[in-house]
Amino acid sequence: MNNCEYQQIEPLSLPNPTPPPRPAAVEEEEEKARRKWEVFPGKNRFYCDGRFIVAQQSGVLPLTLGLILVTTVLFFVFDCPFLVKHLTVFIPAIGGVLFVFAVISLLQTSFTDPGILPRATPDEAAYIEKQIDNSGSSTYQPPPRTKEVVINQQVVKLKYCFTCKMFRPPRTSHCSLCDNCVERFDHHCPWVGNCVGKRNYRFFYTFIVSLSFLTAFIFGCVATHLALRAQGGRGLIFALQESPASAVELVICFLSVWSILGLSGFHTYLVASNLTTNEDIKGSWSGKSEAEDTGNPYSYNNILTNCCSVLCGPMPPSLIDRRGFVPVEQSSQTVSMEMVLPMPAAKEIKVVGGPTPSQLPPSRALQVPSSPLPATPLSLTGRPQFSCLF
Amino acid sequence: MFHNLQELRQSPSLATKVFIQRDYSEGTVCRFQIKFPSELGSRIERTLFEDTVKTLNTYYAEAEKVGGQSYMEGCLACATAYFIFLCMETRYEKVLKKISGYIQEQNEKIYAPRGLLLTDPVERGMRVIEVSVFEDRGSSGSSPSSNVSSGISQR
Repeated sequence: MNNCEYQQIEPLSLPNPTPPPRPAAVEEEEEKARRKWEVFPGKNRFYCDGRFIVAQQSGVLPLTLGLILVTTVLFFVFDCPFLVKHLTVFIPAIGGVLFVFAVISLLQTSFTDPGILPRATPDEAAYIEKQIDNSGSSTYQPPPRTKEVVINQQVVKLKYCFTCKMFRPPRTSHCSLCDNCVERFDHHCPWVGNCVGKRNYRFFYTFIVSLSFLTAFIFGCVATHLALRAQGGRGLIFALQESPASAVELVICFLSVWSILGLSGFHTYLVASNLTTNEDIKGSWSGKSEAEDTGNPYSYNNILTNCCSVLCGPMPPSLIDRRGFVPVEQSSQTVSMEMVLPMPAAKEIKVVGGPTPSQLPPSRALQVPSSPLPATPLSLTGRPQFSCLF
Repeated sequence: MFHNLQELRQSPSLATKVFIQRDYSEGTVCRFQIKFPSELGSRIERTLFEDTVKTLNTYYAEAEKVGGQSYMEGCLACATAYFIFLCMETRYEKVLKKISGYIQEQNEKIYAPRGLLLTDPVERGMRVIEVSVFEDRGSSGSSPSSNVSSGISQR
């Protein structure tokens, strides 16, 4: 199996791939094999050849980073020497640990795929359309396209996403800023410049908790510093004159600690009840009706289990395979799909099941999607493992 | 290898694709419906197909199991600021590899001889199991299913 995989990867990973010999129908093949991030349909930006992903609008991420850096650097430069001399050397150590945690978790939140769902392939979309049309809505106007499922004895409505052409799984929502469906969508956070979803919620939570500790810690230390300086009747003004940077830190920390602590508290509540911000804001499970049985169907009804499953659950890999290569047939597939009959006709052909596809002009449409043939075994093995980490 | 792929490309033509949807009755865990699609009616035995889907569901349940090992992994990852993921493969990824191997094996042994091909759900965003149904050209000299199986056996 390993040898087989290695051989299968080779042609696609060549820097100057002349693709394997093809039927003559394909003239539009690319000279260079492209990675999937280059053809990604959502509004995202990619760095380091697809290793890192952020939303298109970075929001105020530079401001967030800048504020944290400036405050911490000022703290280390202006307050720590005094505090180390008068109190303990652990102060900069603790501050350092909190700072490292906060910055690393911020970067991970920003650069990790939040759980983006790849859009449905044309075949899949056509199959779903066929099922919707067949499922007996007698009115002419397009139905709102919802599907109901029962999850843990509770009825949940799944909405159809017109952009991604699929029924959204439960707890998935489409982010209009990023133009992606994101699993377990929490919210789009401008401070980190990315959506917060299934894959990066734990990083986000670590970030806000460590940031609230860091902010509170710096605030406390700076206040202590100023109080110690002001001892002996010299007064606060004197202390501030001696250490003006402390005033800056005080202001920044004072203004931000309330909102960050509040946010941490709110998200701790969400984690403990296995809710997302999206669900909480919409009141999905708040039991607007009088019925007793509207509750959160995803909750384990145990705070500890909820916390563990949300924060310590298994880390699912990224589904969008940013660094995989686009199979060459896909680029030709999109071209030839444009040349065939529009979707309804193609859909009908598939319904018939193609007993005599040779009679039907769009047989090319049927043949071209045979691209999954090489794509399936090749891309199975052609997925570099590190792409799944972020 | 390419010779076989060419054969697959040239001789059988894709008749249709069937998509096995997710089963959300147990929440957001990855699970596929075990309902046997009518389009596959005559191509494969119901029990074989259902066994494949059930096995896949078991694998996914194993990957997503929230238990001792996943807690250890989560806590260790948090303690190392998640840098551990650079060195170590997560349990989920290990199970996904097993699943790829299983699907490949099922394709070779069961599906390709019947003119069918399973696509790994991870290629489709874990939304569906895509089953490609190739037309059964019994009238032509060399039937595609035998091409496929002979091609695969050459590996």
